Amino acid sequence: MSTHTLSVLVENKPGVLAHVAGLFSRRAFNISSLAVGPTQDERVSRMTIVVDGASTPVEQVSKQLDKLVRVLKVVELEEDSAVERELALIKVRADPAARGQLLEVAGVFRANVVDLSPTTLVLEAVSSPAKLDALLAMLEDYGICELVRTGRIGLARGSTVITDEDAGGAGSAALAQIAVDPAA
Amino acid sequence: MQLTGAQALVRSLEQQGVDVVFGLPGGAILPAYDPLLSSSLRHILVRHEQGAGHAAEAYAWATGRVGVCIATSGPGATNLVTALADAYMDSVPIVAITGQVPSPMIGSDAFQEADITGITLPVTKHNELVTDVERVPAAIAEAFHIASTGRPGPVLVDIPKDILQASMTWGSWPPVMDLPGYRVPGPPDGAAIRAAARLLHQARRPVLYVGGGVIKSDSHADLRRLAEVARAPVTTTLMARGAFPDAHPLALGMPGMHGCYTAVAALQEADLVVALGARFDDRVTGRLADFAPRAKIVHADIDPAEIGKNRAPDVPIVGDLKVTLAELADCMTALVTSEGAPDTDAWTATIGDWKRQFPLRYSQDSDGPLKPQHVVERLSALTGGDAIVVAGVGQHQMHAAQHFSFTKPRSWINSGGLGTMGFAVPAAMGAQVGRPGELVVAIDGDGCFQMTAQELATCAIEKLPIKVLIMNNGFLGMVRQWQELFYDERYSYVELGTAIPDYVKLAEAYGCVGLRCERADEVDAVLDKALAVTDVPTVVDFRVHDREGVFPMVPAGRPNDEIVLGPEFSAQEQQAAARREMTAR
Repeated sequence: MSTHTLSVLVENKPGVLAHVAGLFSRRAFNISSLAVGPTQDERVSRMTIVVDGASTPVEQVSKQLDKLVRVLKVVELEEDSAVERELALIKVRADPAARGQLLEVAGVFRANVVDLSPTTLVLEAVSSPAKLDALLAMLEDYGICELVRTGRIGLARGSTVITDEDAGGAGSAALAQIAVDPAA
Repeated sequence: MQLTGAQALVRSLEQQGVDVVFGLPGGAILPAYDPLLSSSLRHILVRHEQGAGHAAEAYAWATGRVGVCIATSGPGATNLVTALADAYMDSVPIVAITGQVPSPMIGSDAFQEADITGITLPVTKHNELVTDVERVPAAIAEAFHIASTGRPGPVLVDIPKDILQASMTWGSWPPVMDLPGYRVPGPPDGAAIRAAARLLHQARRPVLYVGGGVIKSDSHADLRRLAEVARAPVTTTLMARGAFPDAHPLALGMPGMHGCYTAVAALQEADLVVALGARFDDRVTGRLADFAPRAKIVHADIDPAEIGKNRAPDVPIVGDLKVTLAELADCMTALVTSEGAPDTDAWTATIGDWKRQFPLRYSQDSDGPLKPQHVVERLSALTGGDAIVVAGVGQHQMHAAQHFSFTKPRSWINSGGLGTMGFAVPAAMGAQVGRPGELVVAIDGDGCFQMTAQELATCAIEKLPIKVLIMNNGFLGMVRQWQELFYDERYSYVELGTAIPDYVKLAEAYGCVGLRCERADEVDAVLDKALAVTDVPTVVDFRVHDREGVFPMVPAGRPNDEIVLGPEFSAQEQQAAARREMTAR
């Protein structure tokens, strides 16, 4: 599956998530994951949206998102020029006999054990999407009882920051606080 | 100055330059109706909120200004949804203001509560639930700004009753707008315009494919300049009828499913299609993969998301079409001056042949059944095209779009994208309010008419002398045509009957003039009579042939090359049309 990661800055106002989710539903776009949270500017939230490029025209998604009044900026994060992470909590069947092997697997993937019971353990893993998939594949044999993932988040590598560079007027003002030049 | 939210709302509308609003009051919006009574705003009391919505749309179509409609919460608001969806599809700038239950009751399933911002989210350009009374002026200013700029569209502002009743401090007008994420595309890229002009200069078989954007941007004069200097034929879509005069030698007529053969064929054979404010809609392209297969594409639109949505262009131009067309015409003029006129003579000759061989054709026997095309053609002739023609949706709409000879923009108003039956009567009302003193004629179907006929009462009371010409064939005619062609003539639940209601009596009951016409030789006299009425609406019951179809026709989902000319053409003619002999290849 060829996924595309869109980093979307939106106004932190009621109904914004509904506008974005509604757009995806109305245009029959498929979302693989969606993560929303605040930014350093309380007026701005960032959504990281992962779409399946095979079933969804990514350029259309980006353009249609950009048309939403509450959306400030849409940028596609390229895999090789961005860091992408996802957090997962995984409850795995862990009989005493299997526990040792599981801890070894967890160690390789730098996953932490955050809960332990006589028959299960809960791993906390933070990693790139590909590595997380690999970990889950390894754990499958032991029996995954429950799984929760936060959805992917990402940032462009280097000193690049998402700004409102191609917009004039009010847009620049609202985003001035996040358009920090790290070199300054 | 201290005002209530309701007073601030009405004052904001006044400041915005609104002269008329269409609406119907109810519980949650009542606070706003009180200051309305002492306002300079004209309020037209409709009989159903859908009528208010369509009237606001047609007001916008006819005047180029933002139309305004008002409704109460719950059912009042949901009755606006069809009109909002219609305006969204056809990019019509309207602002809808709805009352909402008081803020503390939102979410409690209160009486007449509906989540109208949630409901209308997919069919509005933007909407907002106002939660702070101080925001009322800015919310209204933003709504008008968003509705009318960029690609126009409907905006809904939902205001809870307690916000309307609360007190606020009125500041200066205009208020500061808080729209950091809303951007109107800047001027078009000069290099793209030069590239487009170069392609147009090189093209031997160009077609200007003109959509509603040309009318919305008021760029018809530059369109004509461009067409004439480029010697390029022009096809105007259902949304753009009137953008280019039909009597002009370069006019091809309407493209698409029920387009003129010449327009459809010209697009199929073109080596360059210049799309201007058009969106490659399925009703124009037929099967998309087979549309204009030999053509390079220039696509100019103000909405960047339309570029490449359906067909990838060779030259995309994003920006205000008024600027694009002016610069493109200038650029083309300069090219023609320095390098000579493009050679499209063989192409226009071919097109002339097609026009002669495969015109729109129907037959009207003097003592045979009355044909709807005949009524439209007589209206066109008697008015000289000097009328605002409004249509519902279906066969009558297509016959009107095909057979009326349009002479100017903003003289054709219909429901294009959504295909909303019942559009015509309330739309004629809105157009007449926007352009008083001009002739407004609704060409309607009997099915459509019965969906919104109650607005005749509004028109009669407001002394709006609209003409409603019902093409009464006793059927949901377009559905009947599809059942005839694609469902083995199994006419499933499609017959309405011609006699119930009695449209003449119905018109009279509504305080209108009611007329009936059953024969071709009566048409002129009846139309003359209808056109002479100036104080109340007139309804004419034209009893038209129930077997008459709309042709040409490209069956849905089929390539445009499979265009069917219809029963008025012989098998040999149909074969010749399919071969599409050309001198310009």
